[in-house]
Amino acid sequence: MTILEKVTALLGEGAVLETGTDRVPRIAPGSPDAVALLMGTAHQEGWRVRIEGAGTWLPSDAPADLALTTRRLDRVPAVEPQDLTATAEAGIGLDQLRQQLADRGAWLAIDPPGLAGRTLGSVVATATAGPLRQGFGPVKDHLLGVTFVTGDGRMVQSGGRVMKNVAGYDLTRLQAGGFGAFGVIVLVHLRLRALPRVDVTHVLEGSRDELTPVAEEIAAAGQTPAALELVSPALARRDRWVLAVRLVGSPALVAADETGLGRFAKLRAEEAHGFWMRLAEGFAVRPVTFRIGGVPAASDELLDLLQHQLGDEWISAAPAAGAIRWSGDTTADRLQRLRRTLAALEVPLTLERAPWAVRTAVGHFGAYREGAGPLVAGLRRTFDPGGALVVATDGE
Amino acid sequence: MTRTTRTPKTARDLAGDLRAIVGERHVRVAVAARATYAMDGLPTHRRLPDVVVLPGTREEVIAVIRLLAVHGIPFVPRGAGTGLSGGALADDGAVLIVLTRLSRILKVDARNRSAVVEPGVVNARLSAATRPHGLHYAPDPSSQSACTIGGNVAENAGGPHCLKYGVTANHILSLEVVLATGETVILGSPSGEPWGPDLVGLFVGSEGNFGIATRISVRLTPLPRAVRTLLADFMALRAAGEGVSAIIASGIVPAALEMMDQSCVQAVEDSVYAAGYPRDAAAVLLVEIDGGNADAVIAETELVTEILRKSGARSVRSAASEPERERLWQGRKKAFGAMGRLSRDLVVQDAVVPRSALPDVLETIAGIAARHRLVVSNVFHAGDGNLHPNISFDATDEGMRTRVEEASAEIMAACIAVGGTITGEHGVGLDKLRYMPLIFDAESLGAMLAVRRVWDPDERVNPGKVVPVHACREWTRRTDPGRQPGVGPKPDPDGSGDQGGLAGPGGFGDPRAGARGQLVS
Repeated sequence: MTILEKVTALLGEGAVLETGTDRVPRIAPGSPDAVALLMGTAHQEGWRVRIEGAGTWLPSDAPADLALTTRRLDRVPAVEPQDLTATAEAGIGLDQLRQQLADRGAWLAIDPPGLAGRTLGSVVATATAGPLRQGFGPVKDHLLGVTFVTGDGRMVQSGGRVMKNVAGYDLTRLQAGGFGAFGVIVLVHLRLRALPRVDVTHVLEGSRDELTPVAEEIAAAGQTPAALELVSPALARRDRWVLAVRLVGSPALVAADETGLGRFAKLRAEEAHGFWMRLAEGFAVRPVTFRIGGVPAASDELLDLLQHQLGDEWISAAPAAGAIRWSGDTTADRLQRLRRTLAALEVPLTLERAPWAVRTAVGHFGAYREGAGPLVAGLRRTFDPGGALVVATDGE
Repeated sequence: MTRTTRTPKTARDLAGDLRAIVGERHVRVAVAARATYAMDGLPTHRRLPDVVVLPGTREEVIAVIRLLAVHGIPFVPRGAGTGLSGGALADDGAVLIVLTRLSRILKVDARNRSAVVEPGVVNARLSAATRPHGLHYAPDPSSQSACTIGGNVAENAGGPHCLKYGVTANHILSLEVVLATGETVILGSPSGEPWGPDLVGLFVGSEGNFGIATRISVRLTPLPRAVRTLLADFMALRAAGEGVSAIIASGIVPAALEMMDQSCVQAVEDSVYAAGYPRDAAAVLLVEIDGGNADAVIAETELVTEILRKSGARSVRSAASEPERERLWQGRKKAFGAMGRLSRDLVVQDAVVPRSALPDVLETIAGIAARHRLVVSNVFHAGDGNLHPNISFDATDEGMRTRVEEASAEIMAACIAVGGTITGEHGVGLDKLRYMPLIFDAESLGAMLAVRRVWDPDERVNPGKVVPVHACREWTRRTDPGRQPGVGPKPDPDGSGDQGGLAGPGGFGDPRAGARGQLVS
């Protein structure tokens, strides 16, 4: 029996999607239990499995015996606007989820890079936060719990669906940003906000040197912007750098923060929507995207370093949060060299998106800090004892 | 050839070696000295450690742990001992490592809003030290005047202001951790961006099972420029619960949203912490709105006031001055202590429920209390749905103890039935071990145990806590099956994890010598 025949017998014909150009069978289990069944079988049979969502973020190019896509796990079992929580399956597109939440007056304050249809599971697994991390924190801060399936087909729940929870170890945080190395996320419990009554964006153009102190001033002035993002000209499709400030909340709160933005131009609602969407989508266009996290005071120096080592490509930075995302065309060698330079500054580089050849050479994580490597290896063995999950965490 | 067998050393045998590392004064073996450490903030669990050691530097911590590793002796980390889960208690056979002497604030970086501290730094002291920079450490457990940052990290501690600012896990950037072997690992990065998978996130809240954090880098938060504190009182518990739900659903995120019921209010008003709460109210809400702009704070305060009135508040008043605000908060933060007046002993729970379920759950709890003829007082983080029902009782009354145990289990079951969890900020420790299988299946508990063994293969760090081993499906085998028996936790077939259950006479300690249940926090 071929792999395809075995999987068809296991999950039915409906789970087998059209095979991609690389001839790797693409399987779409229709439930979390079906994911567990598939991974349990893969473990026993020694199949190598790559995890996919909608296929819009990571290229579907990892060598594998089959591709497991979560795209049929697209239900939203619960939206609780009174509690500001929701439970969604991992394969739902973020655009669809946003719409369902908005219909109930609720909002997920995450604006990850990528196309609008990127799956929730992909965003959680890669912990790719966007500009809203300034006001609402990284992806992990929006998670109350996850259910995941290990590389050998065990289904594990962690966390719960209430606001605070310290029952047991926080495996949710291990999954957020684990790039699927510790299992396939199938269900996510989310912390929501009420749909903001006011949501405005102001922009200021200028040189980086002009805009950096302005961003620092805003951060120091006690304002609480939802986003405070410095965007490179290429990414913003403008002639100069752009400092964008997004304010959300009650009319009183937003009005108060707007008073300090005299020099900025306020975007109309549809302009603002287009601005942030282009920014997000820009990061799904070029072949390589990564993020680095430095302390706020080092932001300027880190931007110089990126421009010097890789060139002035598509950059979006939250100077007050110390987070920088870069996208462009580069080589594994240059990324490895950059990672070494950054490591000496205690700045981690996480490779978010790249062709397989680059991912496998550089690794999403690359080298670890003192003593952490054996822990990561131990956790991988625990959650994927047979090495069924094809994820390039460490690089060469 | 004759094989010589070496008798394994016990914790007590190592007292001399420990003294050589930390100094004579900092190793305690006398019963009276060890008894000081036999409880934490929860008076219902008591265990006497074999040896207590108080290292003064990270190097001493490492040397102590290496010594214990060589001899396979289990150990338990402990901060100020204000925890409420029995998590910082060491069994017979284990060494208790008390970290309060590692109390230096190593660095305050105002520009990057961060600080690096040793684990024994007291929570409130860190905020006081950073105040001149216009910053503070936001998580504020009620025990913040005594509890340590290391303990906060272990328990993922919360506090009233975590509603807006997040719990401990949201404020830890990086950690230096000493593993059970004595090896040191660095987790995270100075900016808080994970270095690889989020091992800081995994470590925070692991209740001392993964190792000892010897250096902790924390995020600091700007002090709010404007604050308004409201006291609202209600003639019905349900109306107060509905007021909470209405505020949450409005989209305004108060800095804090706390509730106290009548029994708690009266206990506070009878104590030295009297805050001027109306004694005849069925419940009071303490709501704090803060922010960087005074006009915005005033506008949001007006909106919240209107919501509270619509929900049936009899009165809503704003603290007119800073001393009045402090008095209102003092009453709330010292409520546990004040409730010590109600009875000889007290148990406190920590369940979390969906916020919309609060009105129903509060009524259910009142019904359970009435049915078991017990006094249950509620003081809790209503905005998070984090309940703290306190049951007052007399542990010398055996019938009453049974009723308390039954009522506790029923309250927990009611919270779980509406989709809640068993602990929001106090941790599992020993106290909630038996409840873990109610919310996690055997596979998920097995996963936790397997993760614990990645960090600590021999399960020597804080053994017998958090994960009820008997309820786990097996994932991995111990890497060293030849490890000495008898140095781990005692067999605990029912998972209740204790020598005395609800401690009373006959449990460890002498009630005549003042072992009366008192909560430290």
